[in-house]
Amino acid sequence: MSNWIEACAADDIDEEDVIRFDHDGRTFAIYRSPDDEYFATDGVCTHEQVHLADGLVMDEIIECPKHNGRFDYRTGEAKGAPVCVNLRTYPVKVEAGKVLIAIG
Amino acid sequence: MDTGMVIIGAGESGVRAAFALREHGYAGPVTLIGAERHLPYERPPLSKEAMAADDPQAKTIADHQRLVEHGINLISETTATAVDRHARAVRLGDGSSLAYERLLLATGAAPRRLPFDHGPRMAYLRTFDDALAIRRHLRPGRPIAIIGGGFVGLELAAAARRLGAEVTLIEAQSRILKRGVPEEIAAVIDARHRAEGVKLIIEDGIADMSENSACVVIQLTSGRRLEADLAIIGIGAVAVTGLAQAAGLAIDNGIAVDEYLATSDPHIFAAGDCCSFPLALYGGRRVRLEAWRNAQEQGTLAAKNMLGMGEDKDGGEPHRFVPWFWSDQYDLGLQIVGLCDEGSHVVRRDMDNGAFILFHLAHDGRLVAASGIGAGMTVARDIQLAEMLIAKGVRPDAEKLVSLATKLKTLLAA
Ligand SMILES: Cc1cc2nc3c(=O)[nH]c(=O)nc-3n(C[C@H](O)[C@H](O)[C@H](O)COP(=O)(O)OP(=O)(O)OC[C@H]3O[C@@H](n4cnc5c(N)ncnc54)[C@H](O)[C@@H]3O)c2cc1C
Ligand code: FES
Repeated sequence: MSNWIEACAADDIDEEDVIRFDHDGRTFAIYRSPDDEYFATDGVCTHEQVHLADGLVMDEIIECPKHNGRFDYRTGEAKGAPVCVNLRTYPVKVEAGKVLIAIG
Repeated sequence: MDTGMVIIGAGESGVRAAFALREHGYAGPVTLIGAERHLPYERPPLSKEAMAADDPQAKTIADHQRLVEHGINLISETTATAVDRHARAVRLGDGSSLAYERLLLATGAAPRRLPFDHGPRMAYLRTFDDALAIRRHLRPGRPIAIIGGGFVGLELAAAARRLGAEVTLIEAQSRILKRGVPEEIAAVIDARHRAEGVKLIIEDGIADMSENSACVVIQLTSGRRLEADLAIIGIGAVAVTGLAQAAGLAIDNGIAVDEYLATSDPHIFAAGDCCSFPLALYGGRRVRLEAWRNAQEQGTLAAKNMLGMGEDKDGGEPHRFVPWFWSDQYDLGLQIVGLCDEGSHVVRRDMDNGAFILFHLAHDGRLVAASGIGAGMTVARDIQLAEMLIAKGVRPDAEKLVSLATKLKTLLAA
């Protein structure tokens, strides 16, 4: 069952960038792609406890700030060492200028 | 029949290579020979999180299940004792012998030693077992001496302070981190250690060391004398080249490889801390790196070239990475991309809360390295961007590098 939560305003995130969103003891990363689409993943790297929102977004990739592990933020796929566990992703929709994510 | 791929050294580089062989579709036997008794594990935490923990755990790179799933045969607690290039076989410590189609030497580096008798109160840190032995001595209020102000020594000092030990760190050079780290950054680290209560003794050498049942006694060249529960020696590391040397392979500050990571024998490759290689980024300057990401990149690249699956006409793929290194001390995060000594001048970008990045530019204005320090991950994103600028050979406008009003990403498009 989806539980849609308002994460931020659509223009809080620059194009090709990421912000951190904390909710109910959990941390998410919300992305805006170069094509102006929005995505959401778990906010912490699967290698160590590091916030991905401090990392760099290039095209569809988020690069972890700590040891440069890379994920495709659209699918959560880990793109190779040092990260081998995928990131969990969450459905996102934009309504009336707000970014909503569905956390299950 | 394919006799298979053999990798000597089950560290960061060797393990990465084993998985990369499978990722590239290799279906023959893959054997990984490792001298240590543990499953392959990450070394960087040994001087950081693991050391500061009450009950240090090894951070495993690959567990049994992943090794089995990938068909990687790990022979641990076994030392390779000789390479017979003629027979294309590796001799193992138990007397058995293993034939190879291609061999990868990923034997890493070993701590440089001081010429004093080594007892239980004089420690070096390279392995998880070393870390466990050191950890037992780190207790609140107890004196610890660290010899050498390089990364391992400084990270250990921070971990030991976190545990409440009384730390004295002795550096022979005129400052800490003299090799590879700009003075402005070393100064931040120096000040932080002092503020955290580390006693730093700079420009003093070790005249003598001895130990008894109660303590280790260190006699400095200045005449000072120190006593401690434990002396940890962190004065650098040397490439492990014994096997390669005995097999007659070319050695040059490490096992000498070409840009494809092939040694002077085309059936034998080397990767990671044990090898020196021509760094294309700087016109082929021969370097040896002791860095975690390099070990992974070279392991991956060596695997590809062992299989002849590179993109060049001869099936090779040359090394074209930018060196990258990080260190954590207290809440300070340091990152360096490129080699700072390639630069002839520096411009500084000041960020929030005292964090800053130094951009190292060559005579012709090309960005060749960037080094940054700040709390947590403050400098990470701009260092990632600097890496891309370096790889592209960009000659950025110095004023734009300085100004926070310029996002570094915009310089990439230029
Ligand atoms: C305490 C510590 C902290 C570090 N911190 C950082 C950091 O913060 N950032 C960073 O970038 N880098 C760091 N490094 C460096 C990084 O860990 C190394 O660059 C990396 O481990 C090199 O990988 P490697 O596979 O080349 O060698 P290693 O990891 O040393 O692995 C080599 C393995 O080969 C085995 N071996 C050698 N000879 C034989 C033989 N004849 N037969 C069988 N096995 C053999 C050894 O036992 C060893 O297990 C740190 C290193 C240490 C020791
Ligand atoms: S913490 Fe993200 S790659 Fe290591």
